[in-house]
Amino acid sequence: MLNKLSTYFYQRPRLVLFLFLAPPLLYMLVVYLGSLFLLLINSFYYIDDFSGLIIREFTLRTYAQIFSPANREIFARTATMAFFVTITSAIISFPLAYYIAKYASRRLKTWLLIGVTIPLWSSYLVRVYSWKLILAQEGILSYFINLFGLNGVLQWILSFESIGGSSLALSPLGMFIVFVYIWLPYMIIPVQTALERVPNSLVEAASDLGAKPLQTFRTVILPMAFPGVIAGSIFTFSLTLGDFIIPLAVGNSKFFIGQAVYSYQGTAGNIPLAAAMTMGPVVIMIIYLLIARRLGAFDAL
Amino acid sequence: MHSKKAPLPLTIAAFGTLLFLHVPMLIIFLYTFTPDETTYTFPLPGFTTKWFAIAWGRADLWRSLTLSLQVATIATISALILGTLAAAAVYRSNFFGRESISFLLVLPIALPGIVSGIALRTAMGGFDIPFSFWTIVIGHATFCVVVVYNNVLARFRRTSTSMIEASMDLGANSFQTFRYVVLPNIATALLAGGMLAFALSFDEVIVTTFTAGQQTTLPIWIFSQLTRPRDRPVTNVVATFVIIITFIPIFLAQRLSASSSDTEGETK
Repeated sequence: MLNKLSTYFYQRPRLVLFLFLAPPLLYMLVVYLGSLFLLLINSFYYIDDFSGLIIREFTLRTYAQIFSPANREIFARTATMAFFVTITSAIISFPLAYYIAKYASRRLKTWLLIGVTIPLWSSYLVRVYSWKLILAQEGILSYFINLFGLNGVLQWILSFESIGGSSLALSPLGMFIVFVYIWLPYMIIPVQTALERVPNSLVEAASDLGAKPLQTFRTVILPMAFPGVIAGSIFTFSLTLGDFIIPLAVGNSKFFIGQAVYSYQGTAGNIPLAAAMTMGPVVIMIIYLLIARRLGAFDAL
Repeated sequence: MHSKKAPLPLTIAAFGTLLFLHVPMLIIFLYTFTPDETTYTFPLPGFTTKWFAIAWGRADLWRSLTLSLQVATIATISALILGTLAAAAVYRSNFFGRESISFLLVLPIALPGIVSGIALRTAMGGFDIPFSFWTIVIGHATFCVVVVYNNVLARFRRTSTSMIEASMDLGANSFQTFRYVVLPNIATALLAGGMLAFALSFDEVIVTTFTAGQQTTLPIWIFSQLTRPRDRPVTNVVATFVIIITFIPIFLAQRLSASSSDTEGETK
């Protein structure tokens, strides 16, 4: 019986393929893409200001609201944060990624990689929470800053309007630190993978031909590591764009995209506006992913 | 492998980064012993272990923990089935749109969680599906599939097809071949992918806030404490517990992957 069935399937590879593909594809297409599509449709509806009901007519007026000065500011603020978080993560990730790829012994490499992947997979929420303890005014960071007599420096930095605030826990600077901390592993891994593919002989050849270490880095290593940086930036950029937990937990009262969407959808019940606002990050990320695939970043994932 | 020794500044920077990644989590552990209920004063004003007992006695925490474990279990099982099927299809056949499968599967984790969350919520609301345990599971399964898929596909690509052909030549039917050749081969990949999916689901909060009704998963409980801290010391205990409970599957998954010289499963 089973043999017959086996032969039956063996002779019909297309049928087997269909049976294999149908469940995951149906799930992802219907549930996930279907939901995304509905969200897109909702962004073309609008909410009646008086009744608070969603009017299901095609309109672009909700999109027009996105370009109100207040919302434009939210987009600019979030994109700026995502940009700096990405750049900083890329820079910070290099020493560790390079060390793992080029210097660590086989044994040490395994452990270092575990050391990087554990924070990547472990609870995002708990990792955010840890910074509430650290950044608190009476907390551990302030203690050490005072201990080293650096309080004046901190106050000076916090006095800048764009990054400062009443304390680190309530400032964009604090938020920036938390973002970098949270997304850094997402950058280290692809950069390390990319660096792993730089042949040592190439680095040696560069120095044999008279390149200084910095020159080798700039002209040989960096270009080859670049797909890794792009791959990592998919995560750091996208995750920062949409995050609303970190701004809620650490930031000041100035909204980020995620927070705005969260409150439009929740308290205001304005699903069309929330939907339209999420389309910003969606479009940015889809373009980003397509470019990244072109640049070969997916191989570095 | 370089035989050269690493320059000292590089070594310091590398291990400094590693410390930066790990010390904050240790600080939570330190704070579980603080007698201070209202602030995060450092140095700790004293030492107590009473919060462990208090957290243990909290019924709401047990309910949240049970819910989170149930959701993670079912989401993981769904992801194992869907992810393995997709990986098998992509591995064994060439078909139109094959290249798009990875793209489609990676979307739920590449797009900001809030997008997936609000999309699912809008869809569920649009079809009058009441928010329940199952709506949380549906949300979690979308982003767990890719983890299993990546792990299993990477393993398939390392498995030579000649083993499968040999098995068939020796008279095994497809089912026997699957049972005795394919499954043992991908077992550790399934285990690694499954554990990572479990960890991912166990502490997911963003999608969950949109797909849950009145249900409070453990991450949602912690989230409420993040914005309105009421039980700081208990939160510290819960956070430490979550670190440990997610550490175990992640660590095992990494060891599994490393021991079979895979580099899979590193991206969320």
